[in-house]
Amino acid sequence: MIHWASFSDFLAMGGYGLYVWGSFGVTAFVMAIEPITIRRNRSATIIRLQRQLRAETRNAAQ
Amino acid sequence: MTDRFNLYRFSSPATFYPLAGAMIPYFVAVSALFGIAGLWLGMLVAPTDFQQGEGYRIIFIHVPASWMSMFIYLVMAFWAAIGLAFNTRLSGMMAQALAPTGALMAFLSLWTGALWGKPMWGAWWVWDARLTSELILLFLYIGYMALTAAIDDVRRADKAGGLLLLVGVVNIPIIYFSVKWWNTLHQGSSVNLAKSSMATTMLWGMLLMAMCFWMYSIAMALMRVRTIMLERERHTDWVKKLIAGDEK
Repeated sequence: MIHWASFSDFLAMGGYGLYVWGSFGVTAFVMAIEPITIRRNRSATIIRLQRQLRAETRNAAQ
Repeated sequence: MTDRFNLYRFSSPATFYPLAGAMIPYFVAVSALFGIAGLWLGMLVAPTDFQQGEGYRIIFIHVPASWMSMFIYLVMAFWAAIGLAFNTRLSGMMAQALAPTGALMAFLSLWTGALWGKPMWGAWWVWDARLTSELILLFLYIGYMALTAAIDDVRRADKAGGLLLLVGVVNIPIIYFSVKWWNTLHQGSSVNLAKSSMATTMLWGMLLMAMCFWMYSIAMALMRVRTIMLERERHTDWVKKLIAGDEK
């Protein structure tokens, strides 16, 4: 069922290792980084909006 | 007001926000499942290609990324058309939320294409119709993001960005049919409804990976649209309530 004879065989990709793993590596990196940046952006936005809201209610009270 | 189930209700950010939040983990989980199945089939089971050896395995991310880069653009153009025609609030937010993911998909398509082109054609890049039109797609994404970011008034930003999206949509059929219309170095489409040139395991591996990329893109867009909603609706009561309640 498994196509490869050994793990080193799998890593070598029949001589195309650099190209195949270069493609998969960068794709994995991008797909790992994207959700992290979205989360960071989200918490930064929430903190900023909370600060704005507090400032607004303070101003309204005065 | 009636109690009848109403689909239009979800076009209101206040109802869509929690719905999107609830859907994200499912899309992430389904994407991971498709990804595991696709990688297992594509990287471990699928046979060697008789022409390209093992180098062809780049196809399992190259084709899904390219498909998504075009499809996301079409979805954005659809939202732009809805937004311009009906002036709906949600459409601009959706287009904005999809753009970075689309740009990343276009980048991945070009990157994996370069790494595939080098061993097969002997060049990282050629000014071929398929490659050039995909590069223009990446520039359209970047242009849309830069344009909407440069305009302070969000409604004007949505309108200008929407127009750019609708004008740029002409590029999508050019990318898609470029391998037919011009004599290019790029190989023809791998999947045909009539007959496919690929082995069954290769084809299934690719389709599973395409589903993985699709679900991933939806998850990312939903995550991003929630932040955009908070930002744009910050003066409404529902956002103030959420923010005050320290919603994470």
